[in-house]
This record gives sequence, structure tokens and C-alpha cells, in this order.
Amino acid sequence: MIVHFEPASEEGIASVVRSAAAERVTLAVVGGGTRSGLGNPVRADRTLSTRRLAGIVTYNPAEMTMSALAGTPLSEIEAALDAKGQMLSFEPMDHRPVLATSGEPTIGGVFAANVSGPRRYVAGAARDSLLGVRFVNGRGELIKAGGRVMKNVTGLDLVKLMAGSYGTLGILTEVTFKVLPLPPAAATIVVSGLNDAEAAAAMAEAMAQPVEVSGAAHLPESVRGRFVEGTLPEGAATVLRLEGLSASVAMRAEKLGVSLSRFGPVSRLDAAETKALWAQIRDVKPYADGTPRPLWRVSVAPSSGHQLVAALRLQTGVDAFYDWQGGLVWLRMEAEPEAELLRRYVGALGGGHATLVRAGEEARRRIPAFEPQAPAVAQLSERIRAQFDPSRIFNPGRMAPFA
Amino acid sequence: MPETIGFLKPRQAVLDRRREIIADLADLLPEGCLISEERGLKPFETDAFLAYRRMPLAVALPETTEQVAAVLKYCSRYGVPVVPRGAGTSLSGGAIPQEDAVVIGLSKMSRILDIDLFNRTATVQAGVTNLNISEAVGADGFFYAPDPSSQLACTIGGNIGMNSGGAHCLKYGVTTNNLLGVRMVLFDGTVIELGGKALDAPGYDLLGLVCGSEGQLGIVTEATVRLIAKPEGARPVLFGFASSEAAGSCVADIIGSGIIPVAIEFMDKPAIEICEAFAHAGYPLDVEALLIVEVEGSEPEMDAMLEGIIEIARRHGVATIKESQSALEAALIWKGRKSAFGATGRVADYICMDGTVPLSQLSHVLRRTGEIVAGYGLRVANVFHAGDGNMHPLILYNINDSEDAARAEAAGNDILKLCVDAGGCLTGEHGVGIEKRDLMLHQYSRADLDQQMAARAAFDPDWIMNPSKVFPLEGRPAA
Repeated sequence: MIVHFEPASEEGIASVVRSAAAERVTLAVVGGGTRSGLGNPVRADRTLSTRRLAGIVTYNPAEMTMSALAGTPLSEIEAALDAKGQMLSFEPMDHRPVLATSGEPTIGGVFAANVSGPRRYVAGAARDSLLGVRFVNGRGELIKAGGRVMKNVTGLDLVKLMAGSYGTLGILTEVTFKVLPLPPAAATIVVSGLNDAEAAAAMAEAMAQPVEVSGAAHLPESVRGRFVEGTLPEGAATVLRLEGLSASVAMRAEKLGVSLSRFGPVSRLDAAETKALWAQIRDVKPYADGTPRPLWRVSVAPSSGHQLVAALRLQTGVDAFYDWQGGLVWLRMEAEPEAELLRRYVGALGGGHATLVRAGEEARRRIPAFEPQAPAVAQLSERIRAQFDPSRIFNPGRMAPFA
Repeated sequence: MPETIGFLKPRQAVLDRRREIIADLADLLPEGCLISEERGLKPFETDAFLAYRRMPLAVALPETTEQVAAVLKYCSRYGVPVVPRGAGTSLSGGAIPQEDAVVIGLSKMSRILDIDLFNRTATVQAGVTNLNISEAVGADGFFYAPDPSSQLACTIGGNIGMNSGGAHCLKYGVTTNNLLGVRMVLFDGTVIELGGKALDAPGYDLLGLVCGSEGQLGIVTEATVRLIAKPEGARPVLFGFASSEAAGSCVADIIGSGIIPVAIEFMDKPAIEICEAFAHAGYPLDVEALLIVEVEGSEPEMDAMLEGIIEIARRHGVATIKESQSALEAALIWKGRKSAFGATGRVADYICMDGTVPLSQLSHVLRRTGEIVAGYGLRVANVFHAGDGNMHPLILYNINDSEDAARAEAAGNDILKLCVDAGGCLTGEHGVGIEKRDLMLHQYSRADLDQQMAARAAFDPDWIMNPSKVFPLEGRPAA
């Protein structure tokens, strides 16, 4: 990637943007560039990176908030939090393994793409942790929204709008977010040998109990061996994570294990195995296979996930595993992306969205990466974009439903 | 009292067509769904922000999304302002109408449409009350988490409009964190759906933008919300402290320790006295500040958590510790807190502020609040959600004494500026409404506000949706 601009200040970014807007020069906006493959391909005249705008601005553990410049490496943030016994509750996925990219993910990139992981299902997405932003809009103006307090309903929530907007509304320069204490203890309950439908029922039952499950995934036999060095018991693994004070985790694990034993044999992973397993689920380890085989991230109601996969299997070659109680389906296609077929089934099974995370060059040019929106919603989104970036200079094409 | 908060000048062209508009709206709605007589309009002229009132042109009470769409389509065509209304419990004037406006009340849309326990969601019409949702799923072991004090009356539509919070959001978040999807009508009558049972729809987070937009982006008619498994039990403990500072630093230490209680509520001496006189909750009267800390879980888990929390309180020199030994005692501890606003209303008129401050600033802001209010010759009672820094100073005054009322409003403005200057914000859960509208430039720059108004314009280019609210009347774009 050729980077043309690397301003080290907000004012530097604003100044580049003002010139670009005046000259109608389009900008590809990147942080560390590790997620540049997400979304539709961008065609821009120049590239602007935020990576020199880096550093933690304020961190007060007793207030459970941190502010950092957008280009701060995620690893630096996580190390600082870890040193104080805290964490990002939404568990952002690392896209480098599946996209075969290198470099350092930045905190700005995490929020710009609203990147979350397994705990999203109970603790909220990246957007739920984001409290405040500073960004440069398409006119080169520095805008702030939100703040650094947990509860804030003052004016329109532009913070949410910026999260997940992939740099198409403005360039994030600083983010303030909520953090949570690291749970002192963790364990995983494993139920073995369930088929996908049985697993969905077992996960729903676990989530209905007052044991605060913080992760619910199903790893069919085709992928089971790729996790924690193949040490999970024989057969598909339905895994449920418990976190909290150590006495709580022990009691809850006991209770959950007993109630799920009617589904199949139950075993338990300790804290270290739990940590390794859920990091691998988060990073989609089975499909970090160094190939460009099409990879989809499909979000549906948890009850529909296994039905979708069963329907697809009758038509085409797919491999799949499930997170979020079955509502997040990671689908790797054996050959073609089959976008039309997949999206038709998603619609027929109650709706949701299929996002093409990885595919060959030709397929990426042809297939909209994001689920196309209803026309009225797409028009509304386009009107919003025009209000933030009237000259359309940021990341042209990245979020467009169709080129 | 003299009004210091202005409204937009009514559109004369609309007032001139009043009869015609009423006749046209009557054609769009079923029998009994339109109010236009003064006596019938009277209950709609204000909300829980009682100091201001305006008689609306008419009140529409549609029964379906299609009827909401028909009314909005008509109003946008003829430039008639629209003010959405749930139960009218807004504390910031969010539902107060204006003379040229049609109020669209959602009270007739109060059906629960779908309860899906497998996926743990409820889909309800906008007029369903907050508490109704939890009641509908309680027997199955679930609840809907946000719990504003007005939850018995307030509607989910209003909660979405204001992004309402409550006492338990320290652990479960506010409305925006528990809202999965909406069906809503845009200003021109277009019906759209955002989100749903599948999480994290791609595209701009319009659902996040709509939540808390105070009825300025459209009218939500249906909502899908997240249900949560009810904890096995909940237990509050009550701490009395000799100073607000000690209580404030105890809160910061509890949060910093890694234990996240479901709620940490704070009351100062005037609030303790008012609530105790009303609820006889057994609050200690010889302390300056009181904390109610609640934890959830199984009995042994709660024991373990409370042990840790009590240890922290001891380090801060706690004077009184009261652990609830039964459900009855727990209910009594909460009764005092939950009746705070009502009890205060019995001793004086009050205005309730709602700024949020960083936790490290709690003590400072409490002290300055006392000084500010005393400077105006008034009294203040503080009762608020300390765990998330959301303050609720109640400024006591006499509504029939116009000078007193003006002083209370001025003191309130000074307190909100204090919150912003301490790194916080004007409103944590009540919304801007008309109440805090003219203070927005204290928190935001002109460019910040212009960007918000630009986003608003993408939804409502002609500013017909609840137009007197949120944004200062000066400096708006020409519609």
C-alpha cells in the first residue's frame, strides 16, 4: 500500500482534507491497513493513514474509560488495560489471520469497522463501548461528539453513526471508550457430539439460565480439531463460557454442566484453555487457511443459523461454525461465493445479513460485500453521507451497495 | 411565571387552516382517534416538565403504523409540525406541543406482538409500557433491563426517543444497548425497518442515531428489544457516611475494584430526610450521605460480592451498614429511593437536573452544586445514579413565586454548566427537550451542532418533527 499522507496531528489531517475537498481528490483512509479488505474495493487517488496520530491520551481505571488517538496500536491499548486488570469488553477480532494481512491494527480502525467478537452477544458491540469521538468531516472541520461519561443523551448520537461507517463519514482522530474489569476467573463448559440443531437448543437453554454465559459457540466436527491443538473431546463441540469471580464461576459451571448433561457428555476447560479457545473462535482460526476461498460472516436470529447452513448444504459445498448462540455463522464456501443463493436463504429464514469478508479479486469486484439495504434506507444513508462528506472524497465505493 | 425558554413562532399559514386540517385528519383516522376540542386537548398541553405548556392544534391517536404514516404524509405535505408523544412523562419537555402542531400519541398502539424466548427478544408496539415488557416475560425467567423511574407509565417509544436509562444500567446499559430494531415512519410517511433479531446490520448505524433523537427523526411504531435471563436474586446494602466526599470516593473505589454492582444510588442529607419522612424505609438520619449498592446472583455469590463491597466501605469510614436480610427489607430500602421524586414533590416544587460527570469529579460537583443553589437562596436535594456519574440535583422552589422560579431555573443552568466544565454533559438520561436546548452551545461548538443538525436534515429537511426541541432556535439552517 502506498501511503501518501501521514499527518501527525488533527490539524494536519484537517488540512489535507480541506485541500483534497477543494481539488476533488479522493482519499482512501486507513489505520494500520490490516482490515483494508473489508467492505467493497476502494478506488481513491491518494491514501491517508492515521498511524502517526498515536498515543493514549487519558486513562483513568477508576472511571473505566480511556481516550486514545485513532492511530494508537490496539496492542498498546490492550497492554495498558491488562496492566490495570481491565479489558475491552467487546473482544475485537483480529482480521490478519483470515485476510492474510500484516501490520498493526489501530483502535480507530476497530471502531470505524465496529469490530467485535464472541462477547458481543452479551456485552454489546464496539459501538456500545464507544462514548465519544473526534473526527474530521469531509469539509475539513474538526467535530466532536459524545464525551467521556457513561451516560450521555445530549443531542443526536453521532458517536453511533461514526462506529461502523468505515471512514466514509469522516476520519476518526480520537476515540473515548468504556472498559471493564478483567474477570478474575473463567471456564468453558463443553457439550460433545451434538448436531447443529441440537446445539442451537442447548445454547438457547444455557442463555436462558441465570448463569451469565459470556460466550456460546458451536464447533462442528469438521472444525473441532482446529481449535486448542485438537484437545477438545471427540465429536462436535458446543462451548459455553463463564466469567466472573472465581467462586461464582465454579458454582455456575457446576449448575450449567448439570442442566446441559441431558444433551450430551459434558466436560470443562480451565481458564488458560478458555482464553486460548475463545481467542481462536474470535479470530476464526479454522478459516485462517491462507487461501482466498470465499468467507462469509452471516448474522441471523440464533434459531435460524443452523437452518441456513442445512439449506445451503443441499445446494453447494460449505463449511461452517457458529458463534453468538448460533446467530453468527462463519461460512467458508468450497468454490464460488454463491452470494445470490445465500442472501435469498437468509431472507427466507427471517432476515439478517451476509457480509463477504474474503474472496478473490474478481468476486470482490462483482459482489456487494455488504447486504444490500432496502431502497428507502439506502437513500437515507446516502443523504447522511452527503451531509458529512459533500464532495465524496472519503473511501469512495467502500460501503456502496452496488458500484 | 415568566417564560425564559422560547418556542418557535407558530406558522400562521397552519393556524389559518386549523379547521381544514382537523377535517382532513379526521378522514385519515378511525372514529375516536382525533381530538380537537379544547377540553380534550388540555391533558396534552404539557408533560412532566410542568413549567411550560402549549395547546396543540389537534391530537391524533393512531391505531396502526399505516395511520401514523398517513398523518405524517399529510403533515409534511402541508408543513404542519408534528410532536410525537408516548405517556408524556418527559422531564425535559420533550413532549410539550406547540400551537401549530399535531400531537401524534402512540397510546393506542399498546400490543405486544411477539415474544421469542429462544432468541430472547420481544417485539412490541411503541405504546407498550416499559414495565409491561418485563411483566410479560417475568414468569419465564426473563426481564427487559432499562428501568427508568417512570417505568410503570412510560412507553417503549418514549424510552427510545429519549434513550432512557434507569437505576440498573450500570450493569445492563441504557436503551440503545438493549434495542435490536425498530419499525418507524419518516417525516414524509415512508415506513422503514432498522435492525431486527439479527445483530449489527451493516451500513450506517441509523438505529443508534434514532435512539435518543427525541422524536426529531421520525416516529417509531414498533420495537424489538433484548430480553435477559433474570438473576437468581438481588440484594441491596445501605451505607451511611459522615460526608459526601467519603461516599463519593467509596463509589470510585468499588468501581475500580473490579466488582460491578447492578446499581449504586446516592442520596444526600436533604434527600434522606425527605424520603424517610415519606417512605419510613429505616434510613439513618444522622449521616450526610447514603449509598444503596445492589448486587445480583445466587446467595453465595451475593455474599461474596457484598463482603468485598463492605470491606471497601469500611476503608472509607462508613458510619452505618444495613444489609437486607429478606425480600421485604430489600424492597423497603428501594422504596425510599424510588419514591424520591414523589416525596420531594410533597414538600416543595422542584426542578430535576440530569447532568453526568466523570466519577472523579463527583465530590467536587456535589460541593459546588450546594454552593450554587445556596447562592440563589434555595435548597437542593441530591439523589442520583452514582455508579455512572449521572447526577439528579432536585432544586426546591415555589412554582407560584415567579422570582423563586426564575432563580431555580438560573441555578439549574449554572449546575449544568458546572457538569460540562467538569468533563461531563448536560443530560444523562432525561434528554435535552426544551429544558436544556439553549445550553447546547456550552457543551458543543457551533461546528459540532451544525454537524448534528446536518444529520437531522437528512431525515427531516423541512424541520416539521418536534421542531422546538434539542437545538437552539438561533443558528438553525434555513428550512
